[in-house]
Amino acid sequence: MTASTNGYLLEASDVSKRYGAVVALKSASLRVRPGEAHALMGANGAGKSTLVKVLTGAVRPDEGTITVRGKERMAHSPAEARRGGLVSVYQEPALIPDLDISSNLRLTETPLEPFRDWVRQLGLGKLDLSRMARDLPLATLRIIDLARALAIRPDVLMLDEITAALPANLTESVLEVVASQRGGEGSIIFISHRMTEIASVCDRATVLREGVTVGVVDISADSADRIVELMLGEAVGEMPERTERAAVASQADEVPRLEVRSLGSSGRLRDVSFDVRAGEVVGLVALEGQGQDELFDILAGSEHASTGEVLVDGRPVSFRHPADAIRAGIVFVPADRAEALLMQRSVRENIALPFSTPISRWGPIRKRNEKPKVDKAIDTLQIDTRAQKEVRLLSGGNQQKVTIARWVAGGVQTMLCFDPTRGIDIRTKHQVYLLLRDLAEAGAAILLYTSELSEIQLTCDRAIVIFGGEVVAEIDVSDADEATLLRAAHNLRSDAPLPEEVVAAAVAAEEEADDAGEELAHQESGEDPGPAEAGDL
Amino acid sequence: MTDTVTTTDSGPKRLTTARLRGLFRERPIIPLIGLLAILVVVSELIRPGIVSLNWAGVMVRAAVPLAILAGCQTMTMLTGGIDLSVGAVASMSGFVVATLVGGPGLATGILVALAVAAIVGLISGIGVGIFRVHPLIMTLGMSLVVLGFANVWQIRMVQTGSGVPDQFRDLGAGIFLGFVPRSLLLFVPLAILIILGLNRTGYGRLLYAIGDNPIASRLSGARSWQVLIVLYVISAVLAGVAGFLYSGLTNVASVTLADTALLPSVAAAVIGGTSIMGGRGGYGGTMVGALILTVISSILSSLGYPEAVRQILFGALIIFVAAAYTRVTEP
Repeated sequence: MTASTNGYLLEASDVSKRYGAVVALKSASLRVRPGEAHALMGANGAGKSTLVKVLTGAVRPDEGTITVRGKERMAHSPAEARRGGLVSVYQEPALIPDLDISSNLRLTETPLEPFRDWVRQLGLGKLDLSRMARDLPLATLRIIDLARALAIRPDVLMLDEITAALPANLTESVLEVVASQRGGEGSIIFISHRMTEIASVCDRATVLREGVTVGVVDISADSADRIVELMLGEAVGEMPERTERAAVASQADEVPRLEVRSLGSSGRLRDVSFDVRAGEVVGLVALEGQGQDELFDILAGSEHASTGEVLVDGRPVSFRHPADAIRAGIVFVPADRAEALLMQRSVRENIALPFSTPISRWGPIRKRNEKPKVDKAIDTLQIDTRAQKEVRLLSGGNQQKVTIARWVAGGVQTMLCFDPTRGIDIRTKHQVYLLLRDLAEAGAAILLYTSELSEIQLTCDRAIVIFGGEVVAEIDVSDADEATLLRAAHNLRSDAPLPEEVVAAAVAAEEEADDAGEELAHQESGEDPGPAEAGDL
Repeated sequence: MTDTVTTTDSGPKRLTTARLRGLFRERPIIPLIGLLAILVVVSELIRPGIVSLNWAGVMVRAAVPLAILAGCQTMTMLTGGIDLSVGAVASMSGFVVATLVGGPGLATGILVALAVAAIVGLISGIGVGIFRVHPLIMTLGMSLVVLGFANVWQIRMVQTGSGVPDQFRDLGAGIFLGFVPRSLLLFVPLAILIILGLNRTGYGRLLYAIGDNPIASRLSGARSWQVLIVLYVISAVLAGVAGFLYSGLTNVASVTLADTALLPSVAAAVIGGTSIMGGRGGYGGTMVGALILTVISSILSSLGYPEAVRQILFGALIIFVAAAYTRVTEP
């Protein structure tokens, strides 16, 4: 039963697109009714991003038609799509960093009053329009980007992973706004890996697999299983139950692999101490901007700590360059794949890169020595090497695997992973979880920062929580359910409720923390709005 | 509702435009050799009978020093840099040897010239690698410094200067087996060394890595300042060697001899498929690029066109080729 064309606001039929040997879209279709929130789903590499780019005119499809309100229309540029009523908001906010917010708004001819209304509704509170975009935290920029899109009342609003790594309170208000748009004239295309979000705000979901639309699902209570089934094309293997956790905690007399002692760094990090032992995965939980970025940069050798020390196997270390950290056995998987990968180089070159970085290894490449290690890493991570000529042609999930494979190839002692599963599909996520467990079982020490709280119980042995540059809680994995972690992340006592005011205060603190000077002032006067109000309640 | 569409495997291999673009992207040397062949045919059409083994030898002989300078550009451009001091360094080194050969001797002259070149490269490398001066500015500045010192040297040495040594004339302009340029004896091993160095060594891997993504290279443990200092020393020493060949080829030793080769050296690398943005390219294409430019020059001079026409054509060719590469390399 195919619906007639007339009923749809936006209709894309049989869209195909190939990049060289790689088929990104084979036959994708998407039909969006007026007034609905429509989820676009698929595993990484399924073709979601390409379909979005085709719809917004960033990429020209090889075949296929796109109709808006029954009329065929093919946008040739995002600006043209925008004029045609199709506006998209991406993970990376499309704001010019060196302009203030009001100039950014003027550039896109955004009406100010509706913009302010939306900002308020999205939970940002007061916003100073004269601040430079580059001075604002990423979460705030995302909200601004979204408010700007909403303000021009688009026919179709496309949201690509809009909630990824947003703090919980902002996620909630964003979802509320999305839900409130349903039933109106416009439609929303909602792209997310988070099934609960889809279930709470979307009416229908189109599922892509390997570049083909494999089904359209009406969202209901039990549609999640159906969607996952369609995405994977086969029964989804449950995350294997972890047999037993290595009983590392009891071996207290053993020297930890990594010890962090009262680490501080101007403004963002005050007094952080914790251990990571060989054979254990320690989860790090924090709201956006609580000092986790600085902590990882210091441990990876990219930044200097102003106070405190780091010990590896009981010996104090001081890193002046990531190479020093690597020599001490500490390797870093950054959140942003664009920071980790040589996009124009092959999968193998990317994995083999660390083999050649010391001066002593500048000579002829020892292929016989190197190839088995690279092969094994590709195999361990099950990297799809069809597009191995250039890493940029790989899907996001495969790219992420390459960033991890690089270190697996050389043997991991201590690995720092910063949100390694951000924006990748469920199957790849499971592979990453399993890999981290395997590495730990083989004796590696792993520190995992994650913005997805459910990952803590899936992979970690214990969790530490950072708030305002300090460790505020250490929680054993058996107690680390999402509610507990979320409360701890807001620096609330475990039984306390999670009132909206506290959340707002925490966000305000986070915003202010953005200015290092102000942050220092807080430290000195000893007042920290977030925890203080939390205590009052 | 949308039905599941059956997946079909990709169809039979056809020579589509996508395929052609893929070929251009992966193996830019093939279309380049095609272009070179066309130019040879054009030469023959313009002056029937001119294309012969001797003509080929003359072309190669003229292209060799340019190809060496273009090698400097290829390697620096792979890291996202450029070396605008190669012209000045090449001129300087040829001139220094010419002034020293009569007194202290040829070996001393060569050593002094290459040592000075290495120092120039070291300073450029320190500026680019440690002080983060943009390579364009750093090497442009160094080229002026080198020219200035060469002028001072010229004033002091004008009395004792005794011209280009015979050995250089033999190496730069000599021919053996009837048509084979002697400079190939130097160039072939050098080219093999550069190609193997870029593709089969850890150092070459780092050149590509730093040009592709300096942050990723740093996070992987590469200390780019070390790589860059060594790179600019290599580049300057190669430019010094090219200077010997230029002075031998032209039998001239002057402080501005190789200056006119600077922009063609960049052009040859760009035409050869090396991206000025870094991370993409290789020496094979560069060598063909140097030959293409040499043949075009010869065609134009045989038609009696002035230098200006050559410049216009080179400029247009660079722009055209760079635009073509951008088109095929963007997904």
